[in-house]
Amino acid sequence: MILQLFLTFAQIGAFTFGGGYAMLPLIQREVIDKYHWLSNAEFLDIIATAEMTPGPISINTATFVGYKMAGFWGSVVATLGIILPSFAAITLLTVVLNKLQDNKDAQNGLKGMRPAVTAMIITAALSLAPQSIVRPADVIIFLAAVILSWQQWLDPILILLLSGVLGIVIGLF
Amino acid sequence: MLWQLFISCFRVGAFTIGGGYAMLPVMKNIFVNEKKWVSDEEFVDMISVIQIVPGAIAINASIYLGHKLSGIPGAIAAALGSALPSFLIILLIASSLAGWYQSPYVMNFFSGIRPAVVGLILVAGIKLGRDILQSKLALILTFIFGVFTLWLKIHPALLIILGALLGIVLGKGGKEI
Repeated sequence: MILQLFLTFAQIGAFTFGGGYAMLPLIQREVIDKYHWLSNAEFLDIIATAEMTPGPISINTATFVGYKMAGFWGSVVATLGIILPSFAAITLLTVVLNKLQDNKDAQNGLKGMRPAVTAMIITAALSLAPQSIVRPADVIIFLAAVILSWQQWLDPILILLLSGVLGIVIGLF
Repeated sequence: MLWQLFISCFRVGAFTIGGGYAMLPVMKNIFVNEKKWVSDEEFVDMISVIQIVPGAIAINASIYLGHKLSGIPGAIAAALGSALPSFLIILLIASSLAGWYQSPYVMNFFSGIRPAVVGLILVAGIKLGRDILQSKLALILTFIFGVFTLWLKIHPALLIILGALLGIVLGKGGKEI
């Protein structure tokens, strides 16, 4: 069981490009359809929980499934399993990038990536906006966060904590 | 250094709420502004190249920076630090019968955080763009790539590869982005 958990999550980790949500179909196929470790309803619960709690959705799912199937060590093994492919891939990538450090094409390639990644970050914010900014109070929190972080008046972690507290206060009324 | 890396990544992991990009503002603030471990350019190049390897963005970013700063031990410290907060929280949720995480206070806390996350990512993206995109061509490309992602839903890894190819081809023609 422990070995199977490790291998399954290593496989999921190795074949998901583009972050958490890209992993969901693969997790669904392996964990629900193939091994029946989770029901569909449990899977939806995990996604909802993962959205509410810190951390990548892949780590959250691995920890949860690992714990459910084999207790504490199951969760450790599943979590390490999902991290390992990233670890190997990035170590390899770093070696390659170091070799290419003085290569003109590689430098131009990196420069070409910059507009793409800037666009991705900004559009990530825009695509999160409709589901995150719903109530009028959300607009105020959003604007306050923009101003406070633009002016660097507050640390991002403090902005997040204060917004959370504000969320609780708003919920009281 | 390893301990510093571990703690820094732990802070990033603890505040990645709402998907991979949510960690960007927190990570940039710690690694670029506070500790000055990497420059704006290095940070953006890191975000670019990790898109073409599999895995969660926050974990990949931590491993990459850990590796860059202190080799394999750094990568291990960073990976464990960034995964630990979510590991502990899920362990707590999975092992406790009481659904404390479904309490209205916890839910309201997170619904307050979400709009702030959007604002923080937006500001981080605009500031990084302002600091690293020097040519008019780069700005135009950013806009075009933005349209590609938002409306055509092009996969991030493809977009990054497209950008790299464009950079190489334009470079061969004597024009730098």
